[in-house]
Parts: sequence; structure tokens; C-alpha cells
Amino acid sequence: MKPILEVQHITKEFKIGAKQERYLSLRDALSNPFKKKEEGANTFRALDDVNFEVMPGESIGIIGRNGAGKSTLLKILSKITPPSSGKIICRGRVASLLEVGTGFHPELSGRENIFMNGSILGMRKAEITKHFDSIVDFSGVEKFLDTPLKRYSSGMQLRLAFAVAAFLEPEILIIDEVLAVGDAEFQKKCLGKMDEVSKSGRTVLFVSHDLSAVSTLTKKSIFLDKGKVKQFDTTPAVIQAYSSNFTQTNIHHQDAIEGKPCITKVEVVTSEGGVLQGNEKPLMVNFEAQLPYDVSGFALSLQIFNHLNQPIIYNWFFDEADKGPRKKGTHNFTINFDKLRLYQGNYFVRVHLAETVTKTKFQQFDCCPFEVAMLDKKAPEWGWQNNVCQYIEDVNWTS
Amino acid sequence: MTEYEIKAKNKFSFGLAELIQYRELFYFFTWRDVKVKYKQAALGILWAILQPLIMMLMFTLIFSKALKVSSDGIPYPVFAISGLLIWNIFSNGLMNSANSMVNNANIIKKIYFPRLIIPMSAILTALVDFLFALTIYVAILIYYHQGVDFLKLFIYLPLSILITVVTTFGLGTFLAALNVKYRDFQYLLPFMIQFLLFANPVLYSAKAFTNPVINTIMKANPIASAIQLCRSVFTGQEVDWQGVAIGSSVAIVLFFIGIYTFRKTESYFADLA
Repeated sequence: MKPILEVQHITKEFKIGAKQERYLSLRDALSNPFKKKEEGANTFRALDDVNFEVMPGESIGIIGRNGAGKSTLLKILSKITPPSSGKIICRGRVASLLEVGTGFHPELSGRENIFMNGSILGMRKAEITKHFDSIVDFSGVEKFLDTPLKRYSSGMQLRLAFAVAAFLEPEILIIDEVLAVGDAEFQKKCLGKMDEVSKSGRTVLFVSHDLSAVSTLTKKSIFLDKGKVKQFDTTPAVIQAYSSNFTQTNIHHQDAIEGKPCITKVEVVTSEGGVLQGNEKPLMVNFEAQLPYDVSGFALSLQIFNHLNQPIIYNWFFDEADKGPRKKGTHNFTINFDKLRLYQGNYFVRVHLAETVTKTKFQQFDCCPFEVAMLDKKAPEWGWQNNVCQYIEDVNWTS
Repeated sequence: MTEYEIKAKNKFSFGLAELIQYRELFYFFTWRDVKVKYKQAALGILWAILQPLIMMLMFTLIFSKALKVSSDGIPYPVFAISGLLIWNIFSNGLMNSANSMVNNANIIKKIYFPRLIIPMSAILTALVDFLFALTIYVAILIYYHQGVDFLKLFIYLPLSILITVVTTFGLGTFLAALNVKYRDFQYLLPFMIQFLLFANPVLYSAKAFTNPVINTIMKANPIASAIQLCRSVFTGQEVDWQGVAIGSSVAIVLFFIGIYTFRKTESYFADLA
């Protein structure tokens, strides 16, 4: 079987800096008609010799930091902008969703916008008519079909937009981060639909920052870094490489305070390396304390906060007072979570250092942000959505 | 299964096959523009009729009543409307299409379809307005009991519209392509259109030109040819077929220059817009 998509040596350069970029004015062109364009003087390579192949029916995730070239790659794949060199061979109809609701017009009604948007996305009028009822049903805006779009809430606009897109039937579907928006209920609908699309044997290219979504929806992924394909492998392997790419941030060095006991280093050792932690996988936090004198009633505690600054986990380590003071010098402490139950999301660590006998607090600081993702876990029907809970318990169901 | 390549520079083509494949988009873009244009107006689509009517009344007042301009022996309103119909296709079509790429930049940056559809639909929108304006045309003919040679009407009028559309299309795509790169044209265009309105025999007879140099230029002017054709239906004057042939050739040359420029630069629109 031939690959449905062959990307060969794709490079894309942009001119930067000079005022010739972006907004060219006629005056510049007229006043310097003989000035040669400074080729290569100020070029930026958004993509640099990108190569990969996609087989029919494969779902591929594309991950990378901001500015890694993900969007540029998608724009080239969807023919919006041409590559500077290289070529791509496509063997199928491509539909791209770089944005939901492209071509929506605020003055047109919901019904009219379904047709407008659908046809811009490449659907035939007959196809739209055929799916019209299902689109309306999926969007849940049937009551407002003849209301101008400008009276819709942003959530309704989004639902309508996604509903149209959901009924696209291309051989290759390219999606850029569109799931990052919308309410939780709608997100689950979308994820479900995408899962359906990829299971129906169509090829999906999916760009997202949401590693959990990438890991549920795709088997293979591409890791783009500075315009180059750094890795093209199974999704878990790529996610691991991607997250361990953020070295150092899982280790925090705190400046010592003169003459006071203090924590000088905190290291979060995640299950996947770097800052990525799998749900129900072991997590270890190492601390290094420096004591300038003997401390009795040494107390070290840690809190784990979620992205809303709400404390989720609290734990502590005390020296029993009757065991005598802790000697001055460097001490190491480790806390192990055998099975971290935190749900997917972003978290950070707050460290407290105190002395129980004199009730003195020496130190408190925040450090080591990390991300929990639902890796290799079987997702519920509706996929993993953000913020449905803080952690997952082990339970038994009977029926 | 369709197989195609995406490369840095594809071979030049007018992309006709693709335009046919996406033909429904012409309809949707035109339909959207017509719909949106009159949506918030209390009189709605009636404006498509009122606009040329008001223009005609205005020009009749100035050119016929005040300045006593010659109108080749037919009532001035008939004379004016037959010029204005053609002129409005040209000026509205040119204005719409020249700004169309910039106005639809958000769509161009997010999705692919043959870009030519945008300026072409912009001209189709002007044609829809023309169809509405035709009703005044008919009303005025009846009002003035204007004798019409029907054979001429059904040959000359479509021919004059065709010449106008081809010209507008050439200039419109050319300006649309330039406008993406140099927004200066956005500011220049209204002056150009105003100049052309007075430079073309829309409101006065072409016979007013006595200078042979200007007459030669007018022969090569496709819009002047189209207006002359459209008018001869009523005036019964002989059509200068040599002039029409030259004007049509110029229109076709403009058409190809426009498409060529547009197709040459369209792949970079998303980067520039």
C-alpha cells in the first residue's frame, strides 16, 4: 500500500526584520526599483527539511512548543501557503480545520452559515443538505436557526461551527488545536467524534498542546522542534521525548539564606521524565536542606496545588522532638507517591520549612510545575476532559 | 483516488479544472455578498434599484437640464441609464473585486480553495445588482415610449455586458492581486473610478470628442465600446464595429494579464494578507 501522504524535504522560509516583510508599501518599491532584494539576509526557517510518510487510516499527532513550526506545517499541508522547497504527495481529498467556523458571517442566520461554512470547507451543497438535520442536531441550536449569527453566544457559534466540520468526509483530516475551546460537555462530543473519524479508517493529523488528547486519539506522533522533525515514533515514546525536552524545570534551586536553615534544591522525579507525570504512576520528590546549625523539631512539608491555586495534596515530615536535634550540614529527604492519583492537569509544588519547637517558619516557596496526563489509561466513553475532577479513586462497581 | 503534489512552484495554469470542481463556491460567495449587503437596510434589495435610479435623476438634472448636454437624439434619462448600467457593472465590480482579497483575508489564511473564486464572485455580485437595475431600464423605456429594435437588444446588450465583465475581470483580478501586496491601491482606486466615470462617454455622447488622438484612445477603450453598443439599441446609430473589435481585444488582453498576475502571486496571499 502506498502512503496517503508523503512529505519530502519540506522547507519554509520567511523574511524577517526588514520592513519589506508583511506590509509592503508601494513607495518602497518605487523609490528603490533597482535595489536587489537581499536574499537570505534575514530569513527565518520555520520548517527545515521535514520528511515523513503517513499510511492510510493512521492518526498522527503533531506536538512541539510554540514556534516549532506546527502551524506552518499544517498550512503547507492544506495548501494555504506554499513551501519554499520540497514537495508533498497527497493521495486523497484533504480537509483542514485550522479554525472552526471559517467564513462564518455575523449577519447571516445559523442556517445560512451552515451552508456557507460547509461549502468553504469543501462540501457539496447536496452533501450539506443531506447532513443538514444531523448538523443541526449535533450543534443543538435548532431553536436559533433563523437568527443572525451575531446574536449567538460564542459557545453556540462554536458548537455550530464544529457541527459542520464534524460532517466533513475527507480521506485526510487536518485539525489544529480546535478542541482547546468550548465547554466540557461539548469537548467530549468533539473528542468522541474525532475518535469515530479515526476509527472509521480515515487519516487524521492532529496538532494539540493537550497531550492527553493526543495520546487518546493517535497511535503515532511527530515531535517538531525548531522546524525539524525531532522524532517520529509511537505516541507514548514521542510524548516522553517531548516532555523530557524541558530539562531543568523539574529541578528547582533555591538560594540559601544566610544563617538560616533552608531548602536549597527540590527535584520532582516524574514517571515520564521531565515535567510529565502519568496518572496512577509513581512520583518522587527529593529535597536538599542545608542547616547552618543544629535544628530541633525540624519540619518539612509539601503541598501540591492545581492550576487554580487550590491546594490538593498536603504531606509532611517531622523530626520527633525527643530524638534530639538534627545536626547542622546537608540533609536529603525524599517523598514517594507510589501511585499518584491526581487527575490530568497542571500542578505545582509549594514547600514549607519550619521548626516545631520554637514555631518558627523559615521558608515557603513555590516551584516545580508539572503536568499530569492520562497516559496508557483506558479512557471513558467521552474521553478525558479537563477539570472534571481533581483525582481518581480506586473503586469497585457492582451491578 | 486523487493524487496531487504540493510544491514550491507549480507549473502555471489558469486552474480551470479546479474552478469547475469548486463551482458551488461562486454561488455561495455571491449569494453571501448580495445577502449581507442589503441585510441591515430597511429597504433591503430595493436599494439595488434605487441606487441607479437616483444616479440617473441626479445626472439628468445636471447634464440635461442645467448643462444641456446632447444625448444623441434620445431622451436623456434613457441615454444616461443605458450608460450607467454598463458603468455600474464596471465600477462596482472593480471596486468589489479589487478589495475582495483583503476583505476575505481571514478566510484565505485558514482554508484553501481556488483564490480566483473570490474576485470573480465579487464581480458576479455587481452583476446581480445589474439584473435588478434592469427593471428601471425597462420601466424607463416604457415611460418614454422608446422604440426598441429587439433583434439588436438581444444581441448588443449581452455583448456589451460580456465586454464589460471581461474588462472588469481583468482589471479587478489585477488590482486584487496588487492590493494584497500594496494597500495603496485601496486608496487610489476611488480616484481612478471617478476619473474613469468622466473620461468615459457615460454621461455625455462620445461625439463630444473631436480630438483625433482622444478618438483613437476611445476606440481601444472597451468600456466606451460597451456603452456605445448598449446605446445603439435606442439611438439607431451605426455601431463602429472596428472600434468594438479593438475594444474587445483590449478587454481580452486585460483579462489574461489580470489572471496571469493573480495566479502568479496568489500562493503568497496567505503570507502577505
